[in-house]
Amino acid sequence: MKYLKFLLIGIFFGIVLVKSEAVSWYRIFEMFKFQSFHMYGIIGSAVGLGIIFIQGIRKFKIKSIDGKEIYLPPKEKSFIRYILGGAIFGFGWALAGACPGPMYILLGTGIFSMLVVIAAAVVGTFVYGLLKDKLPH
Amino acid sequence: MEPILQPWPWYISGPLIAFVMFVLIYLGKTFGMSSNLRTLCSMGGAGKYSDFFRFDWRAQKWNLTVVLGAVIGGFFATTFMSDGSTIALSNETLADLQDLGFSNIGETLLPPEIYAWDNVLSLKGLSILIIAGFLVGFGTRYAGGCTSGHAITGLSNLQLPSLIAVIGFFIGGLIMTHFILPLIF
Repeated sequence: MKYLKFLLIGIFFGIVLVKSEAVSWYRIFEMFKFQSFHMYGIIGSAVGLGIIFIQGIRKFKIKSIDGKEIYLPPKEKSFIRYILGGAIFGFGWALAGACPGPMYILLGTGIFSMLVVIAAAVVGTFVYGLLKDKLPH
Repeated sequence: MEPILQPWPWYISGPLIAFVMFVLIYLGKTFGMSSNLRTLCSMGGAGKYSDFFRFDWRAQKWNLTVVLGAVIGGFFATTFMSDGSTIALSNETLADLQDLGFSNIGETLLPPEIYAWDNVLSLKGLSILIIAGFLVGFGTRYAGGCTSGHAITGLSNLQLPSLIAVIGFFIGGLIMTHFILPLIF
């Protein structure tokens, strides 16, 4: 089954984020208070190794599993959408203590009130889709 | 077994997250969790209201499968891989949260003050979760990505837009944590 590998990646991702406590509201609070290195260590080491991985893919022209060239689309150039959209996201992240990955993971840990957050996030995305053309990008 | 059951240090967790990103890229995909929110809208028929949701959501089934896995992973980790230890927060954090009136700090992943049903089923509690979720869903699409798409993948790919987005995440997060949370609690 071709989806099995994605299921396994998701399971692995969920386990790592729970065991790292990166899904914890408390850890996000602590991060935004600059009171611990923990979250910065996680993100920093992920990005550090990520840079090496992506540079390695480029340098050694590593092909994807189906033999295709690996291409990571560059992000569209802009300022306002990133700073403004990012800040709006940041408000929600610090309040809920969960971003879109951890939301699902936390639901799995048995916190069913997270369904309210997930439903509201779907509505938020829907409203963005409605207002998209009226917002500065 | 001991080290597996205890919380994992950052220098183990961070590289494992990078590994997740690498595997997805190797499989010809990208690491971006917030895209699934758009997919869910599209599946629900949002294409009738905005062309932003008019795309072939079936091509995103792999990412929804990652989400399903993440839910299972969350269940598995808490059920079989946890020793129930309290989160080792810094003393300053504990003191700050006590000042806000929080108790049993770090004994669960999420504060009961926000996520326990007693509190969720009040006007204030429900509003907190709905507003927070809405801001996450709206902001992440406006910014074109979340922590996985911008902070991990975008920064790893040395994308300036992702750096701007992460600065945005922090502007919002810092204002919320330092100025708004004390007003709420």
